[in-house]
Amino acid sequence: MKTRTRTDELQRAFERARSEGRPACMPFVLAGHPGKARFPDVLGQVAAVADVVEIGLPFSDPVADGPALARAARAALAEGVSLNWLLEVLHARAHEAGAALVLMSYLNPLLAHGLDTAVRDLAEAGVAGLIVPDVPFEESGELAVCCARQDLALIPLVSPLTSAPRLARIGATERGFLYAVSRTGITGGQTLATDLDDYLTRVRAATKLPIACGFGIRSRAQVERIRLHADGFVVGTALIEAIERGDDPARFLSELRPETRS
Amino acid sequence: MIRAHTELLLSPPDANGRFGSFGGRFVPEVLFEALLGLEEAVRIALPDPGFRASYAQELTSFVGRPTALTHARQLSEAWGAEIWLKREDLAHTGAHKINNAVGQALLARRMGKTRVVAETGAGQHGVATAAACARIGLPCRVYMGAIDAARQSVNVQRMELFGAEVVCVHDGDATLRAAIDEALRAWAEEPSETFYLIGSAVGPHPYPWLVRELQSVIGHEARAALLAQAGALPDVAVACVGGGSNAIGLFHAFRDDASVDLVGVEAGGRGPGRDAASIGSGSPGVLHGAYSFLLQDNSGQVRETHSVSAGLDYPGVGPEHAALAASGRASYVSATDEEAIAALRECARLEGILPALESSHALAGARRLAHGNFRGKRILVNCSGRGDKDLDILRTECGA
Repeated sequence: MKTRTRTDELQRAFERARSEGRPACMPFVLAGHPGKARFPDVLGQVAAVADVVEIGLPFSDPVADGPALARAARAALAEGVSLNWLLEVLHARAHEAGAALVLMSYLNPLLAHGLDTAVRDLAEAGVAGLIVPDVPFEESGELAVCCARQDLALIPLVSPLTSAPRLARIGATERGFLYAVSRTGITGGQTLATDLDDYLTRVRAATKLPIACGFGIRSRAQVERIRLHADGFVVGTALIEAIERGDDPARFLSELRPETRS
Repeated sequence: MIRAHTELLLSPPDANGRFGSFGGRFVPEVLFEALLGLEEAVRIALPDPGFRASYAQELTSFVGRPTALTHARQLSEAWGAEIWLKREDLAHTGAHKINNAVGQALLARRMGKTRVVAETGAGQHGVATAAACARIGLPCRVYMGAIDAARQSVNVQRMELFGAEVVCVHDGDATLRAAIDEALRAWAEEPSETFYLIGSAVGPHPYPWLVRELQSVIGHEARAALLAQAGALPDVAVACVGGGSNAIGLFHAFRDDASVDLVGVEAGGRGPGRDAASIGSGSPGVLHGAYSFLLQDNSGQVRETHSVSAGLDYPGVGPEHAALAASGRASYVSATDEEAIAALRECARLEGILPALESSHALAGARRLAHGNFRGKRILVNCSGRGDKDLDILRTECGA
């Protein structure tokens, strides 16, 4: 019997969405939001309708995030949310089926845990990929080695400002997917890049990996536009805000999800 | 005559922006290309005779350099050592911050940037940036923690008079660290148009290197003036360290003088756990773009800091200081709020010089050295700024 690897899990998630004629639905939830007690339920609800769930680990100085995510992170930290706490939650739900999991964490909490240990613990908790927003490609060497050892995909980010030579180097990454930031600036903005189509076309030409597009995605119309060029869409701030309003996260995601095309 | 920058480009960090294992470029992808562009501009501008001439010209005619070197006779007598003060408090806008602000503003103009953003702690960097941008003709926005804005309200007023827009940051700890978080976000919104004018030798490469080069005028002037006035080098050079720009600017000229000890004085605040001594009480980690020492909990969350001095109230430190500490070339001690205030009072009464609370940490460190291994020795202290901005705090802290 062939062992199914963790990075295969991500590939399967994108393939399943593609076979159903839709972009992969990739919600972002923040560990411990909205409160430690409710988080496992939120994760379960979201994982049931998503293809890939991005779980954010709160950090005290989230410089890539806008006010909504920064506020949510502060609240979670005040409740004592940490990587160890998240690992316990993930182990408790390990038997549950559903979406593939990716962790988004700033570098310092991973360094404090020990890079190698952190990556191993995440892999053992069923996480398939890692996104570290303050580690650009050029600083990713050590982390990439740790991830390769545990068969975890280290997901690189590109932005509309990424130059052609760097896009080519980053696009040559072999595992997981490419995270194309939809705009300059931070999470939670209201608009997408004006030259989004051209930009995503350039990204497509630079990689064989699936492309996930995120930052500032709030509406079905935006998802329809992104699906022309990308294989998945990430919804972060809009989902966090919906959860804070008391909306059902699964329903919110279903409303964003475009109709299946056959 | 300005001797500034005869030794420019000495010992830059490596190609990845590392001083030993410290430094680097830990920023979101959206800022990475901006850093590459800045690095290229720095590499071309720093050795360029045209850029150097206009920078030297501004240092002379706008900043008022060279600043004096004062033999502090009465402090020397009181402390039992030969105390010399490098008088950055005499620089325009009242602190060493202007050296860096003018240099970076010139660079911003040269790069064709249309606006400047900056962060500020005590307000000194904000005031320097606002003044430099007014002088050079660039619009400028300064992010300042709400707590700092309250305790340094005069500086807010000064910035506004210079035409800067001051944005109070209420998020997070509402001090320098939150202001940097916010300035980085503002930069990320429009990295192609915006120049981030960082105020200390912190942040991602090439900032720690650029700021050091622009501040090294302090050490070069002090070294030459001491040789001229005392006929000898100091036995030890002392400076306060928050992010560490005045200290790295002082230290760099003495780096290869093996006989000169280098001592940085961090903010000991109200004691362990209520301090801002990143090297003394912190551990290596990544904050604001660089791998360096920082104050953090076991989970890698950056912890709250305290110092009576807003300019030192920061949980990180420039990566070159981390490297100097690791190599043993410089050593780092701390002074408490109380020691700094006592040193401020002593300096004011005995020398007729009112140092900033930040600089008073360096004086408190020097006092301890004079009472220890450096009794009777020649101690050079960087008086990095003047204390007028701190009068309200002094009144609150000790009913002055």
